[in-house]
Amino acid sequence: MAIKIALAGNPNSGKTTLFNGLTGSNQFVGNWPGVTVEKKEGKLKGHKDVVIMDLPGIYSLSPYTLEEVVARNYLITERPDVILNIVDGTNLERNLYLSTQLMELGIPVVMAINMMDIVEKNGDHIDINQLRKDLGCEIVEISALKGTGIMKAAEKAVSVATRNTSAPVHKFSPELENILEDIENMLDAAIPEEQKRFYAIKLFERDDKIAQTMKVVPKVEDMIKKAENALDDDSESIITNERYGYITSVIGKSYKRSARGQLSISDKIDRIVTNRILALPIFAVVMFIVYYVSVTTVGTIVTDWTNDVLFGEIIPPAIENILVSINCAAWLQSLILDGIVAGVGAVIGFVPQMLVLFVFLAFLEACGYMARVAFIMDRIFRKFGLSGKSFIPMLIGSGCGVPGVMASRTIENDRDRKMTIMTTTFIPCGAKLPIIALIAGAFFDGSAWVATSAYFVGVAAIVCSGIILKKTKMFAGEPAPFVMELPAYHMPTVTNVLRSMWERGWSFIKKAGTIILLSTIVLWFLMSFGWADGSFGMLEAEQLDNSILASVGSVIAPLFTPLGWGDWKMAVAAVTGLIAKENVVGTFGILFGFAEVAEDGAEIWGQLAGSMTGVAAYSFLIFNLLCAPCFAAIGAIKREMNSGKWTWFAIGYQTILAYAVSLCVYQIGTAITGGGFGIGTVVAVLVVIGFLYLLFHPYKESTKLTVNVKKTAKA
Amino acid sequence: MQTLKDVKCGQSVSVVKLHGEGAVKRRIMDMGITKGTEVYIRKVAPLGDPVEVTVRGYELSLRKADAQMIEVQ
Repeated sequence: MAIKIALAGNPNSGKTTLFNGLTGSNQFVGNWPGVTVEKKEGKLKGHKDVVIMDLPGIYSLSPYTLEEVVARNYLITERPDVILNIVDGTNLERNLYLSTQLMELGIPVVMAINMMDIVEKNGDHIDINQLRKDLGCEIVEISALKGTGIMKAAEKAVSVATRNTSAPVHKFSPELENILEDIENMLDAAIPEEQKRFYAIKLFERDDKIAQTMKVVPKVEDMIKKAENALDDDSESIITNERYGYITSVIGKSYKRSARGQLSISDKIDRIVTNRILALPIFAVVMFIVYYVSVTTVGTIVTDWTNDVLFGEIIPPAIENILVSINCAAWLQSLILDGIVAGVGAVIGFVPQMLVLFVFLAFLEACGYMARVAFIMDRIFRKFGLSGKSFIPMLIGSGCGVPGVMASRTIENDRDRKMTIMTTTFIPCGAKLPIIALIAGAFFDGSAWVATSAYFVGVAAIVCSGIILKKTKMFAGEPAPFVMELPAYHMPTVTNVLRSMWERGWSFIKKAGTIILLSTIVLWFLMSFGWADGSFGMLEAEQLDNSILASVGSVIAPLFTPLGWGDWKMAVAAVTGLIAKENVVGTFGILFGFAEVAEDGAEIWGQLAGSMTGVAAYSFLIFNLLCAPCFAAIGAIKREMNSGKWTWFAIGYQTILAYAVSLCVYQIGTAITGGGFGIGTVVAVLVVIGFLYLLFHPYKESTKLTVNVKKTAKA
Repeated sequence: MQTLKDVKCGQSVSVVKLHGEGAVKRRIMDMGITKGTEVYIRKVAPLGDPVEVTVRGYELSLRKADAQMIEVQ
């Protein structure tokens, strides 16, 4: 029979390294159902029948964070055979706090004390035998980084699981023990003996998520109240105090800290890196390097090569030759070349740049600097409901929104992450620059303020969205305490960095790839088929105005009349922007009768300028900057949100915001520039007022986690 | 009442009581700031918030708004 080992431990305890060491390449990465928390499962090396489940890194089993709820739901409902609890030996006190909670679950626990090499190097000493006696569980000393002791720990876990003894538990103070015993006696008889202590403690803590799972909930409120009055604290705090009190007493006997006067290397690094004066310049330099390498130089070179050479000069002609040689039908050739190959190219084209970026992200995370990024930038970003770590997605987003959205993975807090995903693409990315150049060139004499204002609008959209969204129902339910560990700096291993890079890159190809490919093919169909010369069929590129897309464009064009550009050509151009934003310029070229135009569309400036006013053009620009991003970015959003509902919410929000802002720009702009005052102006003013209300109305942050993981876990 | 927010950098204090309730309070306690714990204020972030403290042998950062909930002496 297969044995299930759950790997549990604090963040930064070396859990991922241990998991990689134990399972090798034998891993399945996914998400816990319905939530964005990553789920990893693997088979123990050399043991086909031993499955290791990597739980999210957590500090506690409280009901307040998504990771904690996911982890404890797994432990309670799936009941693994044994818990392998990884504990950071250099940070024993706080790590044991989670251990005391794991031991109450009635599942055998094996403790692996990690970083023993560093503990010894520091001159500290942990008396393992004493600790084993006091905690009542098997303990193995390991170094996950060096790989020492890890197989022994896993084998110990397997042997404990087959022996099937449940872990003995610690004792709190006599007063509390009496109350817990009373509660245990009131519990439903259906609850197994070894789990009673867990349920008793959770009931005492008034943990309603656990109470909901129980068939019979005993009435214990009076007892809790009495205890709270006697001990002058709330019940959750009583338990927490007792746990740490217990840990202090255990550690006092088994942990000897060497008398250390001087600072550790990590302390010395931190004194410089988060120094009050140096922190910001150092931060700027680090960000510059990340941006310069992954966006400006290496990233762009490989991306351009993939797009222009590999998927421009090498693969398409090769496939075309094959197709021609086998006399393939013209429509099928077009489907394969312009639909499928172009679609695959769109997916693959982003990967090299992304991999370069992911190497940086993995390094920054693993070495401990990422936590400092949040520490340094928190003050600015938290006002908009974002995390300090949101800086990196936004920065990368100014190059390309796809890796930008993917970079949001480093943000732990679910709410901050979703907010970042939704707002990152507001920053004008590289592909939006040709649109800016087109509008600036055709209408504003190439004035620099157009580009500057585009970035300003992007930042304003992020700031306002953050403030508005954090007050909405979708976000208000999530508490976001910023109480964050700043882990000690250490050098990550090359394997771990590369593995993290590959996992993220692969998940983009797998999860985002399908949606990008499908959308590209659908749009290819709409663009290349239509009614020409009296019959339905495939069109030449220049006949775009006869395509299905053009018909659709004429139908939806009136929607954009209030924005000042109700011409179907504009609508079609905006839609083709979904493939890639720079396509907007090319589409204009075709629609105005040019097969090829320069990147900034200089050939069509004259015709374009004649077809609408400057204000309307600016409104068109704003709409294209803020509305739904390209399919690749939508795919990335889908991947990171891990939910269709959230993806639609994100895209819908972006498009509605784009519409509202463009409407106001056009209507109010026209009124100011002498276009007269009309119904449109009134509507625009009303929109502005509504916007201001959303921005400034008061709200209260919730202290409860509303996501019901229980429901989704079964789905 | 003196709170952790009022303590200057480089000083050590002992926690008297935690005020507030719910998720933030539980989180602070889960991270090891409980009654009687020694807390050393290491530094303030370059922009003035949050603060970095040493507690139970490791580094923790928390916002001043949350530090205000922690009564110290």
